[in-house]
Amino acid sequence: MRSGWNVADVLEVRVETPTARTIRLRLPGLTGHLAGQHIDVRLTAEDGYSAVRSYSVASALPGDELEITVEELADGEVSPYLVTGLSPGDRLEVRGPIGGWFVWRPEDHSPVQLIAGGSGVVPLMAMIRAHEASANPSEFRLLYSVRDPESAFYRSELESMSRSSHRFTLTWVYTRRVPPGWPTPAGRLDAATLESVVFPPGIAPAVYVCGATGFVEAIADRLVQAGHSPDRIRAERYGGMDGSS
Amino acid sequence: MGIISPGFFGRRRRDVPGLPPGQHLTEDFPVLSAGPTPRIREDEWEFTIRTEAGGAHRWSWEEFITLPQEDVTVDIHCVTSWSKLGTGWRGVSLDTLLDSVESTAEYSMAHSYGGYTTNVPVADLRDGKAWIVHQFDGSALAAEHGGPARLLIPHLYFWKSAKWVRGLELLRHDAPGFWESNGYHLHGDPWREERYW
Repeated sequence: MRSGWNVADVLEVRVETPTARTIRLRLPGLTGHLAGQHIDVRLTAEDGYSAVRSYSVASALPGDELEITVEELADGEVSPYLVTGLSPGDRLEVRGPIGGWFVWRPEDHSPVQLIAGGSGVVPLMAMIRAHEASANPSEFRLLYSVRDPESAFYRSELESMSRSSHRFTLTWVYTRRVPPGWPTPAGRLDAATLESVVFPPGIAPAVYVCGATGFVEAIADRLVQAGHSPDRIRAERYGGMDGSS
Repeated sequence: MGIISPGFFGRRRRDVPGLPPGQHLTEDFPVLSAGPTPRIREDEWEFTIRTEAGGAHRWSWEEFITLPQEDVTVDIHCVTSWSKLGTGWRGVSLDTLLDSVESTAEYSMAHSYGGYTTNVPVADLRDGKAWIVHQFDGSALAAEHGGPARLLIPHLYFWKSAKWVRGLELLRHDAPGFWESNGYHLHGDPWREERYW
């Protein structure tokens, strides 16, 4: 990891959903990073007031560039500026990439089960992209729970990957509203769906769960009850038990 | 001062007393854990202090709960940059627990149900600076926040306040725990921003 604060150039800002943007940054001197790591972003106002928040890296690029995807939180302090106030050519202060636990390494040949709730897909996307870019033969599965079709990140990339790749399987869960013609009604991810689509505990997959705290608590508990070993489950939570933060 | 972001004002205009550098306030209580939440019943919980000489002192839940209890109101600071001020806890001071133990060790490793570990100098545990707590805001500590009992070391970043704590190993030499082996600072003083390596 690179220590301390560094200046990053904003190269590109892309619309991911109506409330989320993917921001491509160049961090001079960066030489790649681990899939699943995050960066800290510091914004400073003209009077010197500053605010810091952490964002997961979504990309798996080898050089000095990386992407984050930021969802605008209604009561957020930093995310509204990143989503609506940032343009290519701007500069940001960045610390990291950071983190050595919620990461996937290409030398790990276990099957990988990824389970995302909403914007929790971001660090898992970095793992999927790192896996696709590698020769790692293990199978990846993503179970992605979203409120409605419009709030999904990376939809076209994920769907085209699931069609073309033998190493990647994608399952959607819609909790509030399904796309037209979807075979099942909207609803929360239940125990039966979870057990039918995730790798069975017998093959000891590496499991990564990321999302709001309530989602991760519920999913991780069910996985343990279904027989997955707690030490094979890595989790990243955001917010309190009641939802957003 | 760093790069100015034109048009960024931020939400908090006033300096908040009690807020370490680089931290922001939250009213929420975020949960940060590395894996699933261990579900430990009080009747299976026990707390053990192992000394550098190999001795072990053990408390069952019943024994622990009958030790002198303290109510403390403290500020907590998470390395992910949120702080929560004026949080209320109830539990047993580490002074009370360490008083029954013969040791000159300067370091310790806290161990948790679920396998989590974190290293803490003994000086950061003594003199009214640390507790094993079992209540938050007047209610039994919820499992996702570390119940039935967790360490509380409010003057260090909150990853040092190990959830689901089951014991303390007193050591002659410092060694990294879980997050300290995964990119976080060995000590973790929020006022000195000891966040990462």
